[in-house]
Amino acid sequence: MPQFRIPGPLRRLSDGQTTVDVEATDLANAIDALDARYPGFRDRLLDEKGELRQFVNVYLNDEDVRLGAGLRAKVHEKDEISIVPAVAGGRRRA
Amino acid sequence: MSKLLGMRCRECGAEYELAATHVCEMCFGPLDVVYDQAALKKVVSRDRIEKGPKSMWRYRDLLPVEDSAPLVTLGEGMTPLVKADRLGAELGLRNLYLKNDSMNPTNSFKDRVVSVAISWARSNGFETIACASTGNLANAVAAYAARAGLECFVFIPVDLEPAKVVSIGVFDPNVVAVRGNYDEVNRLCSQLVESTPWAFCNINIRPFYAEGSKTLTFETAEQLGWKLPDEIIIPIASGCQFVRHRQAARELVEYGLVREDRVPKFTGAQALGCAPVYNAFKSDTPERVLPVKPNTIARSIAIGNPSDGMYVNRIALETGGVVEAVTEEEIVDGIRLLARTEGIFTETAGGVTIGVLAKLARAGRWNGDEVVVAYITGHGLKTADVLASANGHSRRVEIEPTLKSFREVVKI
Repeated sequence: MPQFRIPGPLRRLSDGQTTVDVEATDLANAIDALDARYPGFRDRLLDEKGELRQFVNVYLNDEDVRLGAGLRAKVHEKDEISIVPAVAGGRRRA
Repeated sequence: MSKLLGMRCRECGAEYELAATHVCEMCFGPLDVVYDQAALKKVVSRDRIEKGPKSMWRYRDLLPVEDSAPLVTLGEGMTPLVKADRLGAELGLRNLYLKNDSMNPTNSFKDRVVSVAISWARSNGFETIACASTGNLANAVAAYAARAGLECFVFIPVDLEPAKVVSIGVFDPNVVAVRGNYDEVNRLCSQLVESTPWAFCNINIRPFYAEGSKTLTFETAEQLGWKLPDEIIIPIASGCQFVRHRQAARELVEYGLVREDRVPKFTGAQALGCAPVYNAFKSDTPERVLPVKPNTIARSIAIGNPSDGMYVNRIALETGGVVEAVTEEEIVDGIRLLARTEGIFTETAGGVTIGVLAKLARAGRWNGDEVVVAYITGHGLKTADVLASANGHSRRVEIEPTLKSFREVVKI
C-alpha cells in the first residue's frame, strides 16, 4: 500500500505514528484515506479550494508533486508520500 | 527580564514558547520571534546604538539573543554604504547608494544571520551547528562554528563552485556533498532535522537566524543619517531576508529611530533562470509561488521553491516595489558594470541585483532624484569562474619586457 511519511508537527494527529499506510489510487484519495483514519489531516494539507496549502510540500517518491500532476498524481503499491513543511519542520529532541 | 516574549505564527497567530522550531503546528506557517516592544521602547535610542560596537551588534537590543548570552562574532556588519556617483551617472540616478555587504568576515551577508544563529544556539545548549546551503551560508556557518568551537555539518549541492568549496573546507567542518540541487539538499535536511539534536541555521532555528538580516537595513538607515531610502533593491533567494528588511523598516519607525514614518519601496531581483517569485509577481496570483527547477549561474540565489516567496510579492506590492528578473548575460554585464564604475567586485547574485537596477533605471522607473540603495550581498571571488569562462578581459595585451614592445602595442 502507498505509505505517508508524517512530519513531526503533524504526528499529534497520527497518534505519534511516523508512517501511515493507505489504500488509494491517486494523491487526492490518498489524502482522503489518511483523513478518514486520522481526522484533521485534510484541513492541514488542503485549503478551502481543495488545493495543497502554500506551506505544505508533498513529495511522491522524492518528486515534488507540484512539479508534476499535483493532487491527480497516481499512487501505486510501495509508493512513498512525504509531507514536508515548506521550510521544513521538527523540534529539537529532548 | 527577557526582551523576548515567545514566538508567533505569521499566518494564524498561534503562540509558542521560544524553542528551536520554526513551523506552526496548526497551519505550517512560519514562526517569528516576538519582542517585548513596550520594554524595548524605553531602551532603544539612536544615542545608545551609536555608542555601541562598530559591528551589527550595536543593534543587539533588536536581535533575539539575550543580553546575558556570549556572542559568537567576527566583527560582522557596519559594512560600507557608498554613494555610487559613477554608476548613478550611467543609470540617471543622482542618489544611488550601494550597501557593500561583501565586506563581511566571510564576504557575504550571511555572516549577519549566522552570528545571530550560532550565538543563540550555543547559549541554548546546542553542540552541533548545521545548514543546507548554496555556498555562502555554509561558508559562514563553517567559520563561525570554528570560532565558537562547535561541531559543524554543512550540506551542499555536489556541484558547488570550486572557490566556495575551498573557502568552506578551510574551516574543517564535516561537509556532506549531496547529489542534487539546493532544493533537494534543503528537503533532505528538513527531514534530518527531526532525527538529530542539531541546530540547522536555516531550518529549526530559522526564526532566530532570519532576524540577523534586519541589521542590513538598520545600518543603511543609520548611514544615511537616520533616514530610510526611497527604494531598496534586494536579491531574492528564499525571500527570507527581504521579509526581514520590511520588518526592520517597521521597527526603525516604531522605535522612533528614523525621522519620518515613510517606508521604502522594496524591490526584488531574480535571475530568469530561477525566477519563481518573479513569475508569480507577473501573474494574476502573485501570492501563489510555484516551484521551478533552477538553471542559472546565480547559484547562491538559485532556490526553486522559495519559502518566503509569497511574502516577497505581498511586500513588494504593498510598498510600491516590483520584482524583476534578468538574463544570464545581464548578470555578467551587471558584475562588469559595477566593477568598472565603482571598483566593487560582486558575485553573480550581485550581478542580478545590479542587472535589475540597470534594467529598471533604463526602463524609466525613476526620475533621478530618488534615494535608491542596492544591497550587494556577496564577493566576486566566490564566483570568479563565470567571468573566466565569459571570454576573460578584453583590454589585456601581452608584451616583451622592453620599451619598444610596449610602444608598439600600447598607444598612449
